[in-house]
Amino acid sequence: MARNSSHPGWADVTPRAMFLNRRALMGGALAAGFVGPAAARIAATPSPYSTDAAPNTLEEITSYNNFYEFGWNKGDPKANAGRLTIDPWSVEIGGLVERPGSYPLDDVLRAAPAEERIYRFRCVEAWSMVIPWIGFPLSALLDRAGVQPGAKYVAFQTLYRPAEMNNQTALSGIDWPYVEGLRIDEAMHPLTILASGLYGDPLPRQNGAPLRLVVPWKYGFKSIKSIVKITLTEAPPPTTWQRLQPQEYGFYANVNPQVDHPRWSQATERRIGGGLFAFASRQPTQMFNGYGEEVAALYAGMDLRKFY
Amino acid sequence: MRKVPVGAVYLAGLVPLGWIVWLVVSGGIGVDPVKEIEHRLGKIALWFLFGGLAITPLRRFLRVDLMRYRRAVGLVAFFYVGLHVLVWLVLDMGMLWAQALGDLVRRPYLFFGLAALLLLLPLALTSNTASIRRLGRNWRRLHLLVYPAVALAVVHYLWQMKVVQPQGWLWLAGFGVLMALRAVPRRR
Ligand code: HEM
Repeated sequence: MARNSSHPGWADVTPRAMFLNRRALMGGALAAGFVGPAAARIAATPSPYSTDAAPNTLEEITSYNNFYEFGWNKGDPKANAGRLTIDPWSVEIGGLVERPGSYPLDDVLRAAPAEERIYRFRCVEAWSMVIPWIGFPLSALLDRAGVQPGAKYVAFQTLYRPAEMNNQTALSGIDWPYVEGLRIDEAMHPLTILASGLYGDPLPRQNGAPLRLVVPWKYGFKSIKSIVKITLTEAPPPTTWQRLQPQEYGFYANVNPQVDHPRWSQATERRIGGGLFAFASRQPTQMFNGYGEEVAALYAGMDLRKFY
Repeated sequence: MRKVPVGAVYLAGLVPLGWIVWLVVSGGIGVDPVKEIEHRLGKIALWFLFGGLAITPLRRFLRVDLMRYRRAVGLVAFFYVGLHVLVWLVLDMGMLWAQALGDLVRRPYLFFGLAALLLLLPLALTSNTASIRRLGRNWRRLHLLVYPAVALAVVHYLWQMKVVQPQGWLWLAGFGVLMALRAVPRRR
């Protein structure tokens, strides 16, 4: 399996170590040195796709989440996701594939060796972070299931379990479960990963445990969390936000500073972690979130104002 | 009740601000202080605006007379609206004037907020006793602007949500109730 406890890499990463040390300090329990938690570390190889920008701290990444299944506020997922059962977990892979079926999580994670992918993450709300994911290319899993030639899109679905996801109610105004989709070439792109870890540890529940999508050149809402179902289709699948507000959210949702969202200008973004003086960290947003070199070709000839 | 000096309302009005300052200083404000402060200030402003609108119905239906505090409540509300906008401009937009201006005209929710602010401005400016004397009957007319102002503020609040949450509908309903109470015919 892709997990063992010997990989030292992440224990050396400064932000996490600093974060834990700060906590230790605050608790008055200043240890002589940093001692990693007992939790299983995930062995992961570094990736050339990683940015060399400094990642946000674990605290920032795990306490500022849009995961509406657990509430509307950024802090709600952290407060409410604890009760989510993530073991056992399996992913139903179906539609236009050679080997449809229910794949247990262990099996899914065996699709490819785990890599550490430090990606920029840009939310449609015009804030951003840098996140050290642990994951593997989605293409490896799709290859494993065997994509049939007729498949043009990939549909994803989040767990629907109101008993454990407190905001999965009719009152919420969202038609659960959360669904997302990608074009097949986007799904097969090497930048597109399924993440199961963060900062070397298994993914915290509020970040979409045990398995989530990460598509770094698209707005964050495309990177669907806690996936239970993957379906290969011929027609474009519905996506939750497009269904809710088609004038505001398109299927593609590529990060694009030139195409404004009716609510937020997308020209600039605030890097989370700038503290009170985040105006110093408001920075220009890059086309395709800075991944244009890798992905621009996917959209050659398309009018990105129309296909937003 | 009548013994509480008006100054106490101004002092009490500073408590929520003090709380925000405390959260910032103690590190309890969270990982995105800018949004948190901006949102808290907006919400506090809304509370005080609603508080101001509750004073007449309180007197009429519950015979609780807080009329002498109404000006203070209104001014405190305006103070928070001002801080809310200031935080947006300075901390959130980082004083990117061009983008801020562009956003103001292009984003309906900001436009509604601005309209609310602009309607409240003359009310704040004429809240002194001299203006009340000078304007006479017109002062009362002018201050009818508070209704559209708060209505716009509520719309602004609902519109900035990606999906209107139950809490938003509650605020809208609350505004509806405050207005409806004014429409109740007087029995004679
Ligand atoms: C009477 C005037 C106003 C009131 C009562 C008010 C109130 C509010 C409230 C309650 C919120 C949401 C807070 C939350 O979600 O907890 C909010 C958000 C916001 N308001 Fe206002 N507001 C007013 C005017 C303005 C003006 C004039 C501007 C800017 C020109 C502005 C900019 C914003 C922004 C940027 C947000 C946050 C939107 C987001 O995070 O996406 N507001 N306001």
